[in-house]
Amino acid sequence: MSDQAFNFAYLDEATKRMIRRALLKGIAVPGYQVPFASREMPMPYGWGTGGVQVTAACLTPEDTLKVIDQGADDTTNAVSIRAFFARTAGVETTTRTGEASVIQTRHRIPEEPLVEGQILVYQVPIPEPLRFLEPRESETRKMHALEEYGLMHVKLYEDIARHGEISTAYAYPVRVEGRYVMDPSPIPKFDNPKLSDNPAIQLFGAGREQRIYALPPYTQVVSLDFEDHPFVASKAEHSCDLCGCGTSYLDEVITDDRGGRMFVCSDTDFCETRRAQGHRGRLAPEERT
Amino acid sequence: MYVATKGGERAIEAAHQWLAEERRGDRDVPELSIAQIREQMSLAVNRVMAEGSLYDPDLAALAIKQARGDLIEAIFLIRAYRTTLPRFGASLPVETGEMAITRRVSATFKDVPGGQVLGPTFDYTHRLLDFKLAAEGTTPEAQRKSADETPAPHILDLLDRDGLMEPLETSEDTPSDLTREPLEMPADRPLRLQALARGDEGFVLSLAYSTQRGYGRTHAFVGELRIGTCAVEMEIPELGFAVEIGEVELSECETVNQFTGSKTEPAQFTRGYGLVFGQNERKSISMSLVDRALRWEELGEDNTGAPAQDAEFVLYHCDNIQATGFLEHIKLPHYVDFQSELELIRRLRREAGAEEREAAE
Repeated sequence: MSDQAFNFAYLDEATKRMIRRALLKGIAVPGYQVPFASREMPMPYGWGTGGVQVTAACLTPEDTLKVIDQGADDTTNAVSIRAFFARTAGVETTTRTGEASVIQTRHRIPEEPLVEGQILVYQVPIPEPLRFLEPRESETRKMHALEEYGLMHVKLYEDIARHGEISTAYAYPVRVEGRYVMDPSPIPKFDNPKLSDNPAIQLFGAGREQRIYALPPYTQVVSLDFEDHPFVASKAEHSCDLCGCGTSYLDEVITDDRGGRMFVCSDTDFCETRRAQGHRGRLAPEERT
Repeated sequence: MYVATKGGERAIEAAHQWLAEERRGDRDVPELSIAQIREQMSLAVNRVMAEGSLYDPDLAALAIKQARGDLIEAIFLIRAYRTTLPRFGASLPVETGEMAITRRVSATFKDVPGGQVLGPTFDYTHRLLDFKLAAEGTTPEAQRKSADETPAPHILDLLDRDGLMEPLETSEDTPSDLTREPLEMPADRPLRLQALARGDEGFVLSLAYSTQRGYGRTHAFVGELRIGTCAVEMEIPELGFAVEIGEVELSECETVNQFTGSKTEPAQFTRGYGLVFGQNERKSISMSLVDRALRWEELGEDNTGAPAQDAEFVLYHCDNIQATGFLEHIKLPHYVDFQSELELIRRLRREAGAEEREAAE
C-alpha cells in the first residue's frame, strides 16, 4: 500500500475529531481521565499508541515534531515513532527541544524549559494512579468522583513506616489543582516539579487503557507528601561525565566488568547542546584541533 | 571510550532486512503462496479472522505468511489494517438458524429435526502422525451425498417451545461496539460477547476450563454446536430492501445450563452463547461457557470469586493484542525508571547501614 493511502498523520479525520474532543474535555477538567475509543495502531499496545494517537490528533502540516524515549532522540522506539510521523504526516522533525512545536515523550520531561505554544505529549502505560491499590476500574472511578484518596496516603505512609521514606521513585503521584490525583506517567520523580506551572500544554495518552488526560498551561501540580516528610526531587549525586552539568537527570552507564561506571545526561539534546557550547565533563573526549 | 549510542535507525533497518530473510527461509524450498495458506492452513486462517475481527481469508493468509506463522502477530496485522477501513454501514443480523450446515451436533438429544452431522472434524480420528502426508501422497476424494433439504432449526428453540428454556432476551437497541467506544464497566451482555468473540482462544479456553473444574461452575451441556455458512444481508437505503452481499462461515454454540427459578417461578434451563468466525468449535464452546459464567448476577447466583465470573477481569485481559503489546513493552528501554530505583535503593541501603552502625556503637 502506498503512503498516499493513509490520511494525514495516519488516523482518519473522524477519529481525530473524537480524540480532540477527549483532549478538550481533559483540558477543561485537568487531571481527570477521559475515556476515549482508542484505535488499533500499527505499533503494539504499550509502545506509545496513546501518545501516537494524541500526537496524530494535534499535528498540523506546519508543526515540527520531536520524539524522545528515556530523554533520548535516538533510542529505537523514538526513532520508530518519529519515522512513522515523518512518513504518514510529512512533518518536519527535530531533535532540538527549542525548535519543536510538538514533543512526544516516554518517561522524561526535557531539561530545557518549555515555552508557551509547545505541546508535550506523554506516553502512558497505566493512567490510573490508584490501580495498584485497587485493581477494579469501577471502584477507582468512584474513588476519584468522591475524592476518596485516603488509600493513597495510607500507602505512602506505609512506605515511610517500612523504609523511612516514600519508596516511589518514578510515576510519583501528583494532585492537580487540589482536585484529581493523577499519574504523571513513569517519569522519574526528579521531573515532577516541571509538571507544575508549565507554560506548555501537557497531554497524556494511554492507548491500551483508552484514557486521555491533560494539564493546561500554568496548572498547579503538587507531588503528594507529608509535612514531616516533604517531597524531594532526587537524582544520582554526580555530574554528567560528558558535559559536566550538575543539575540534569543522569543515566548510569556500566563501562567495564570491574565496577567502572559513568554518568551521562539522559536528555541527549541537552547534553549535546552544552558540549557544543564548550562545557566539558570528567570523561569528555579531548577537543580535536 | 563511551559514545552515546547512535545508529538506532540503521539497526532497525538491518533488523527488518534480516527478518524478511528469516521469513523466507531456505531459498531452495519453494515459497508458500497465499492460496496455499488459505486452503491448507484454513483453521489458522479462521483463528486470525476471528480474533482479528475481519472476515477476509486472503488477507488473513497474507498476515500469517508475513508473521512467519505467529498467529498473534498475524491477528495484530489484521487488527491494524481493519481500523483503517471506512464503515459503510451494518448488516442485518445473521440468521444462524438458516445456516448451510457442514457440522451440527447436539449433546442433549440423540436425534433432532435436521439430524446430526459430524462434518469435517478431528473428533474420533486417532491422533497418530500420518507419515503418508510427509511422503506427498495424493488425498483421495471423500464420499459424497446430496445435501439434506430438511430445515434444521436451533435445538434450543425446541426446548423453548415447552417453556423449559429461559426466553431469549430481545432488544431493538443497536448493540455497543468496543472498537468504536471505550469499554466501560459494567458491560452488558452484547458487549461481553463481542469482547469474547475477539478474545484470545487460549485465554477463553482456560477460563472455560476453570468453570468446569469448579471455579464458577455452570453445569453446561452442549445443546447445539453448528458450523456452516450464512448469508450476510444489508439494507441499501437507495434500494429500500435488503440484498445479499456475501456469506461467512460461522461456528455457533448454545449451551444448556442449570436452572433459575424459585418456589413461585417454575425452574428453567439457562443459556450460554458462543459465536465465532470460521470453523472454530473449541473457541465457540469456550465462549459460551464463559458467557454463562459471567451471567451470575442477572440469574441471581452467588459470586464465588471465580475469575470467570469477574467481568472486569475477563474483559480487560482477554484481548491478546493488548496483552502481548503491554507484556512485550517491558523489553523497551527503562533506563530512566531503573536509574531512579537504583538511586533510591542505594540511599535506603546507606541509611539502613548508618542506623545499624549507630546502634552498634
